[in-house]
Amino acid sequence: MAIRTEPFILNMGPQHPSTHGVFRMRVTLDGEVVLDVEPVVGYLHRGIEKLAEGRTYTQNIPFTDRLDYLASMTNNLAYVLAVEKLAGIEVPERAEHLRIIMAEMMRIASHLMAVGFFLNDLGAMMTPVLYMWREREKLLDLFEMVCGQRLTYNYMRVGGVSHDIPEEFLPALRRFVAEMPGLIDEYDQFLAQNEIVLARSKGVGVLPEDLAINIAASGPVLRASGVQWDIRRGDPYSIYDRFDFDIPVGSAGDCYDRYWVRVQEMRQSVRILEQAIPQLPQGEVCAKVPQLLRPPVGEVYGRIEAPKGELGFYLVSDNSIAPYRFRIRPPTLINLTALRDMVIGWKVADLIITFGSIDVCLGEIDR
Amino acid sequence: MKFERYGIGIAKGMMVTFKHLFRSPITVQYPEEKLAVSRRIRGNELVWYPDRCTGCATCAKSCPHGNIEIVTHVGDENSYVVDKFEVDTGRCMFCGLCVESCPYEALAMGISYERAQYRRGDMVLSKDALLLSDIRRPSGYARPKVEVTLPKQTLLVYWDKDREEGGQKVNFLTLSKKRGRGV
Repeated sequence: MAIRTEPFILNMGPQHPSTHGVFRMRVTLDGEVVLDVEPVVGYLHRGIEKLAEGRTYTQNIPFTDRLDYLASMTNNLAYVLAVEKLAGIEVPERAEHLRIIMAEMMRIASHLMAVGFFLNDLGAMMTPVLYMWREREKLLDLFEMVCGQRLTYNYMRVGGVSHDIPEEFLPALRRFVAEMPGLIDEYDQFLAQNEIVLARSKGVGVLPEDLAINIAASGPVLRASGVQWDIRRGDPYSIYDRFDFDIPVGSAGDCYDRYWVRVQEMRQSVRILEQAIPQLPQGEVCAKVPQLLRPPVGEVYGRIEAPKGELGFYLVSDNSIAPYRFRIRPPTLINLTALRDMVIGWKVADLIITFGSIDVCLGEIDR
Repeated sequence: MKFERYGIGIAKGMMVTFKHLFRSPITVQYPEEKLAVSRRIRGNELVWYPDRCTGCATCAKSCPHGNIEIVTHVGDENSYVVDKFEVDTGRCMFCGLCVESCPYEALAMGISYERAQYRRGDMVLSKDALLLSDIRRPSGYARPKVEVTLPKQTLLVYWDKDREEGGQKVNFLTLSKKRGRGV
């Protein structure tokens, strides 16, 4: 007698260690094979877009910290760049350099978290995460020194940054930049040649190049699929056109490539930091901006290359003190739409690592 | 997947783990041993200086949540007298915009970080509770004069240097001997 099976629907989450937050996947399974995945988002919805419409342009900066809470600095940067574009504000040289330094430090911290948790999902339980947290902790210490908080920085301001750096900052950062390449080599030695990591992640969860472009994927997910697209190079903002860095590109578009691209990007961020520290000029850190900013009537879309992809802010001004419309284009929500195509036909365990390799942050998806 | 020789990658990874056994720990035993926080820490609760405050309510206007409530009346010398200064710290997100906006430096962020309360009502602080005292000291956030008087922050970047200079190079073996237990 033939064994008859029928598809089984499993709710993975909202409280599940691999979902990196509160996120639910309705998975249709045939035995252990994934037939369909339906992401269910919204458990962390706070209505930030609506809240922002009732607050001034400066008061909205702390809200952007709470989008992608693992990369608050770049969220601040994306928002203030959009407001500056809307109001036509020039930023002092020193502030531009400080912004680049902070954004690249944030990229390293966010990628450390992404790589560590990806390995955690692979089954290297907590050890790699804690090694990478050690390095992230050093960066958080430096952020704390500059702006007084470890996670929600609220550092960027319209027209510059809120504070100048203390004098202990640059020596400590130089020391970090000097030791970081060696530590990245150590991680490479630790896990990049590990047979279990290779067997579990190579060829798994492949996102083809054409599909990645069609779903508007961005960041490491797009670059791992072989598309050389980085907004820092393709549509330069701030002063990124003055720095020399490579854009690491993967070839296969599988989970291993997404991991590899992130590790290489950390090396490139260290390179940018090495260039930015010596050429940091003296001077003002914030332009003269009225406390109640009233940008002219108009709309603007400002975007940056956040650690997780293209982060954009679409602002509409009606010449009042608050934005008329405040729309966030989160990178990970768009990247998450590729999940279904990547995992169909694979096993449940591969679903977990494919989801981990996208590097989502639920604060940003649900807003 | 095919590998030329199995186990090499795992052995290399284990070497890294093994080396970590013999380095000094970077963590501290928190309630007994405390690290110095940043001089600009946006720590718990505000410090309010009544002699500097003019009751202009700039802080209340700059707060994104409207947590600060100020009630004033016009006094003898044609200046405002603050009747009520109430902060709902339970809803505060420690963004520091009120402290930055104060034109008279009458408000400062606190430096402490251990202020758990049992009731939400205890988090609403009024005038007298916000005054400067032994447990309520200002931090250097947006107050450069206060900043230079505070102790330097402990930085993890210097952890190996600090431990060696302090003459207490510790690792897995010495630590377990010292404390009489495993780490």
